[in-house]
Amino acid sequence: MQALYAQLLVGLINGSFYALLSLGLAVIFGMLNIINFAHGALYMMGAFCAYFLLNVAGIGYWPALIIAPIAVGIFGMILERTMLQWLAGLDHLYGLLLTFGIALIVQGVFQNYFGSSGLPYAIPDELKGGMNLGFMFLPIYRGWVVVFSLVVCLATWFLIEKTRLGAYLRAATENPTLVRAFGVNVPRMITLTYGLGVGLAALAGVLSAPINQVRPLMGADLIIVVFAVVVIGGMGSIMGSIITGFALGVIEGLTKYFYPEASNTVVFVLMVLVLLVKPTGLTGRAA
Amino acid sequence: MSALTDDTLPVTPRAMRDEMIVFAAMAGLLALVPLTGIYPFFVMQALCFALLACAFNLLIGYGGLLSFGHAMFLGTAGYCSAHALKVWGTSPELGILIGVAGAAALSVITGFISIRRQGIYFSMITLALSQLLFFIYLQAPFTHGEDGIQGIPQGYLFGIFNLARPTVLYYVVLIGFLAGFLVIYRTINSPFGEVLKAIRENEPRAISLGYKTDQYKMLAFILSGTLAGFAGSLKVFVAQNASLTDVHWTMSGEIVLMTLVGGLGTIFGPVVGAFVIIAMQQYLAGFGQWVTVIQGVIFVACVLTFRRGVIGELAHYLRRSL
Repeated sequence: MQALYAQLLVGLINGSFYALLSLGLAVIFGMLNIINFAHGALYMMGAFCAYFLLNVAGIGYWPALIIAPIAVGIFGMILERTMLQWLAGLDHLYGLLLTFGIALIVQGVFQNYFGSSGLPYAIPDELKGGMNLGFMFLPIYRGWVVVFSLVVCLATWFLIEKTRLGAYLRAATENPTLVRAFGVNVPRMITLTYGLGVGLAALAGVLSAPINQVRPLMGADLIIVVFAVVVIGGMGSIMGSIITGFALGVIEGLTKYFYPEASNTVVFVLMVLVLLVKPTGLTGRAA
Repeated sequence: MSALTDDTLPVTPRAMRDEMIVFAAMAGLLALVPLTGIYPFFVMQALCFALLACAFNLLIGYGGLLSFGHAMFLGTAGYCSAHALKVWGTSPELGILIGVAGAAALSVITGFISIRRQGIYFSMITLALSQLLFFIYLQAPFTHGEDGIQGIPQGYLFGIFNLARPTVLYYVVLIGFLAGFLVIYRTINSPFGEVLKAIRENEPRAISLGYKTDQYKMLAFILSGTLAGFAGSLKVFVAQNASLTDVHWTMSGEIVLMTLVGGLGTIFGPVVGAFVIIAMQQYLAGFGQWVTVIQGVIFVACVLTFRRGVIGELAHYLRRSL
């Protein structure tokens, strides 16, 4: 039973990364009409940013949790200003190809300097150790990742669905020209949205650094799983992305316990099943 | 959606004649390669990738479907052929047939799943499916996991041609490539190809004209996957191994890159792109991971400034279709 709970927890943690990443992808797709293939590379940059802050500047985990997403977010906004914005009006696939190229560059550069092996990042002192919950032993850091990710996801949902800024954002997703006519600076909003989506990816990277080690290719395979998550959940709904992300993480965790051989394929198999039964995805509209 | 080939010229007798002249020149030049002393292994490898890129281009350039998982056909055909040749000891022609049949079967299954969604979702689905297959091959015993199937016997094609001799193998690969190329050329200039282009340009309109667009896309997908598999089977004889590299997503990315560099939706572009990228990998092999970075830079540069690709730009300049 202990092992089952442990795998469920691992599933929840992976689920929080899926949720944070697919949420960012959905937000970016809504505004820019681009599937951000560089999302995995930017997630990796978040983790490396935390690593550098600690080992070069001596800045610990807590400030890194804020600094890394902002730094990588700014990097993302520069990418958007210098490259992505020129793709407006072109076929979707060019956005995919461009961001794929960016991912290759970023991952290649990091691989050159850091190889393919993992760099350790220590769990902050405040979150070390564990709690005995009676039915299982809970490492505090892992519990923290799940709770904090959930809070960030819900905050993003609140920002987009319930605030005035979010209303502008949703309006600009539907009809950018009309929103511009009302005097809203839509290009700046697009840049900030890309920064937000990228920042979420970097945040996931910082959270995962103490668990998964910091590796140049840590985001490369993850992003493909997240694509499958996005296909299953559809990108039409923010809450849908969050729920699908966590749910698939849990299912993956359960698979690790009951049938470990299938644990790295289960998300893809589920994607196939969903496509056969409901081709538009669970929450998505036809696209 | 017409951003891909904004200046495609209609098929005219003159365009057909131009294309046949270029084809004859290409075939002639390639036939002379063994006389020049150029390392035949390099050209054979490039020819396999050229056919692969042409098959991929059939889907993206004429059907508007960007498959980000075409390596799965390359790898599957490779594994099937390699297994048949080495374990079952079949003749080369039967080995190729088994590989192509494997890729065709896979394209029927994956096509049935992925054709259900369009645009960007289609790309993500094909990528996810190829990753699924990658993990299956990683664990399946017959692929020998990380080691791959090595030391594959080349044998005698039709019992006559000794494929262990580089020159013989070269001409067999060349004929295979040219045959595959002509199949694709015939397809895009057939009524079927015209309907595909119509779907690429405006799918709702094609539907309203009474075309069952899903069936057309499905057929194009199967044709593309099968021909990609043919390239994979030929590659087994050249490389004499079948490994996980051929199924990995980086390979799918390279196929996309070759076609993009040469020109999406052009007839000869993928061939040029394949030679450029394979040559680049050959010459930059010493730079290690920087090759990945350079590939990324080429992707970015092509998308931002050079969307028509080498042949696309040339065709635009000459106002011909190539």
